[in-house]
Amino acid sequence: MNGSLRAFFVPFLALLIFSSSLSVNSFAQELGFSDHIAKLAKSKLSEKAVLISLIAETKDARVPDLFQHLLNGDLYYVKKTGQIVVIEKTESGYLAGDVLSQQSLGIVGKRSVKKIGVNNALRRQLRSYIATFNLSSDEANTRLEAAKALLKAPEASFLPILDAALVAEANADVRSAMVIARSAILLASDNAGQRLVAVNGLRGATDKKVMTLLEQLLLEDEEGNVAEPNVRVRQAAEEVLGSLHTQARIYKVMEDLFFGISLGSVLLLAAIGLAITFGVMGVINMAHGEMIMLGAYTTYVVQLLMPNNIGLSLVVAVPAAFLVSGLFGVIIERSVIRFLYGRPLETLLATFGISLMLQQLVRSVFTPLNRSVITPEWMSGSWEVNGMLSLTYNRLYIIFFALAVLFLLIQLLKRTFFGLQMRAVTQNRAMASSMGIRTGWVDAMTFGLGSGVAGIAGVALSQLTNVGPNMGQAYIIDSFMVVVFGGVGNLLGTFVGAMSLGIVNKFAEPMVGAVLAKILILVFVILFIQRRPRGLFALKGRFVED
Amino acid sequence: MNTSQGHWWRSDKGGQWLITVIAVVTVIVPVLNLVVPEDSVFHLSTYAVSLLGKYLCYALLALAVDLIWGYAGILSLGHGAFFALGGYAIGMYMMRQIGERGVYGNADLPDFMVFLNWGELPWYWLGFDNFSFALLMVLVAPAILAFVFGWLAFRSRVTGVYFSIISQALTYALMLAFFRNDMGFGGNNGLTDFKDLLGYSLQLDSTKNALFVCSGLALIGGYILCRYVVSSKLGRVLVSIRDAESRTRFVGYRVEHYKLFVFVLSAMLAGVAGALYVPQVGIINPGEFSPINSIEIIIWVAVGGRGYLFGAVIGAVLVNYGKTYFTGAFPEIWLFFLGGLFVVSTLFLPKGVVGLVKRRSMKRADEGGAKPEGQIETDDGTSAEEVSP
Repeated sequence: MNGSLRAFFVPFLALLIFSSSLSVNSFAQELGFSDHIAKLAKSKLSEKAVLISLIAETKDARVPDLFQHLLNGDLYYVKKTGQIVVIEKTESGYLAGDVLSQQSLGIVGKRSVKKIGVNNALRRQLRSYIATFNLSSDEANTRLEAAKALLKAPEASFLPILDAALVAEANADVRSAMVIARSAILLASDNAGQRLVAVNGLRGATDKKVMTLLEQLLLEDEEGNVAEPNVRVRQAAEEVLGSLHTQARIYKVMEDLFFGISLGSVLLLAAIGLAITFGVMGVINMAHGEMIMLGAYTTYVVQLLMPNNIGLSLVVAVPAAFLVSGLFGVIIERSVIRFLYGRPLETLLATFGISLMLQQLVRSVFTPLNRSVITPEWMSGSWEVNGMLSLTYNRLYIIFFALAVLFLLIQLLKRTFFGLQMRAVTQNRAMASSMGIRTGWVDAMTFGLGSGVAGIAGVALSQLTNVGPNMGQAYIIDSFMVVVFGGVGNLLGTFVGAMSLGIVNKFAEPMVGAVLAKILILVFVILFIQRRPRGLFALKGRFVED
Repeated sequence: MNTSQGHWWRSDKGGQWLITVIAVVTVIVPVLNLVVPEDSVFHLSTYAVSLLGKYLCYALLALAVDLIWGYAGILSLGHGAFFALGGYAIGMYMMRQIGERGVYGNADLPDFMVFLNWGELPWYWLGFDNFSFALLMVLVAPAILAFVFGWLAFRSRVTGVYFSIISQALTYALMLAFFRNDMGFGGNNGLTDFKDLLGYSLQLDSTKNALFVCSGLALIGGYILCRYVVSSKLGRVLVSIRDAESRTRFVGYRVEHYKLFVFVLSAMLAGVAGALYVPQVGIINPGEFSPINSIEIIIWVAVGGRGYLFGAVIGAVLVNYGKTYFTGAFPEIWLFFLGGLFVVSTLFLPKGVVGLVKRRSMKRADEGGAKPEGQIETDDGTSAEEVSP
């Protein structure tokens, strides 16, 4: 059966290779490609092997994608027409797309299509074709990814492909990735010399997979026999593994540091608005968390209004959230807080009442359920520094965003006329007023600024956490801790406070667990305030005394 | 101001009224529930008895807060923590009383410990089989926490808003801690499924009425104790601390000692309130530690009138009655109402309901006896009322 089929196909195959190599006529190639694909529908497994080779021979750019779909089991054919489609399983049913034109065919019935099945032999064949294709791609990145993919599933059959690719490879990064993949494959070699070379080839390979491969070599079974029989190979493996472990520890520290800075920037964003309302104005704003919440809901509404431009939505949401939260802030200041200056405890109670009302307002308008804010494409995914360290883009962006907000605020306070007025009013209200500054207006604007910045924080936080009516509550205590820890009335203190609390928290987490780490931080801040009641960077001067 | 210590009871008109009312209620409610037949119009349901008992516990808690906020100027946003600790102490006793009647039938371990595969009772549960030990813990556990926290805070002169914020952080940290299963206090679910107290089943109407009477008596006792403290010489030092802390210190008083004493006393009162509350509602869980609960206590005191003692009791009953009514009738509106109450009471009712009534009666009474209340600017900028005579 098999033999006869091959006998039938080989001349055909030869003819096809001949034709495709002879003519660069893309039309003919397209014809061959689509013809072969069409045949996939109702062929037997053994026929598919030949078809797959034929398709690979066309060297069409769509081949790797097609094979990947076949490998993943996404490739179906429509029973009536025999059309080959890619199926995406969604909640509402099967979403079909034509494999050639990539046109969407909409939702199709589950029974009207049939999967194109493959077996393990075919899968191996597909994988090796995909690897070959990608390893010889013109894009250095594709080649790099392919080499890394080989490392994940090292198989001896890939060796010749890899060797061929190595000869042609010029890019140093890709070369080293290929060498590592090759070494990983050679670890399973029967030849002890080759294994030794392979182990040494893995030196400096920053990938967890390499570490597990080496650990497997050193595994002992119940009788005390090590998986690796050769002593020299074993020693080399131990040595390489040791150096890799050291590297892994360094990267772990770097990763913790990144998460710490990320948490610190979240705290900074949440607290920086409060640093203005509480720190500069002395208003205990318990509704601060709700300003963050309003910012997050603004993001949600903006995304509802522009569903086709999710990528842009965040850029629009930042000023929108600033305006919404800022406006609420101005209204609150004018209607309630201005009657309560100099009475911090009363302000605390009144703003707490406002926070309850805002929560209920949001609950009534948007329902108590969490709303999902979409993460745009440019913020999702992660930056793979190497096999041991990857940094997610959303956290990375938020770090830069928080720093930018801090920088702009400092500039606003130090360099602008409004900032000058603001500082004048906080330092000596009566004198500022007699100099012609409208202190009431400055108060309202300052409170609006603090609230607006909290709204901006809400945009950023909507990318990290759930957006719900209670989200503000989660940040209010943390924010106060940061401001009080850093020193009231000092934006740089807020920055240092946020970063140190964030980093300490993330380093404590692996040791004692997330909840206990948070409790310890709270206890630490409580004790710290006892020692230095005015925070890390206390203001010096006469107005410290209130 | 009070003329002398001997008159401290006679001069407290509001307090006399309040105690009379509470005493009457404490007697009448059980009678209406137990003696009056069920089909009578005057019959009071057992549910109402438990509800009223809850209000009385809240009133005692509000009293504890008014003692430190109204008279010493300490605004604690973490007083719910002491309330919850007292509740946990009595809850632990009742958990031990369940014995073999639990779901798992394990006499040595509470159900949640069996569920979590704990081998033996942790050391801090030892002794809770004993009722008098549990009662002692109701007082001692909040007192120790208050002593350590207050000692650290007052010694380093953490005052005003800073104290409020770290006390809020304290109760928040405790909430997170009690949510952990490893703590051995039932984690998320807390302690519940209680069967009996001192051998009396909690399901019985008579037990519920007894608990109600105990709450009433505790409130009366707590009130008399607080009135005694604020009328004593110590109480007047407290008021001077509230109104001018630095000046009091310069005169030579050890401000932190006075504050610490009253703070610990207040925490113990809160613990007692919690211990009476838990058997009546039948559950204690970490939610009681949540900062919003502590802030709600503040609003009871603020609405009733801060610095009168009986004002706190009135406020607690009024606001909680409002809460029961609104959450039943218009659940949507409750938070609007509560939030509005905060804003309105701070803006328009700086002395609460009691202050409003006093002002009215003073206009009518034409200076007949009651002295005008002075308003003093304190050194931290807060306005504070003097103690009512």
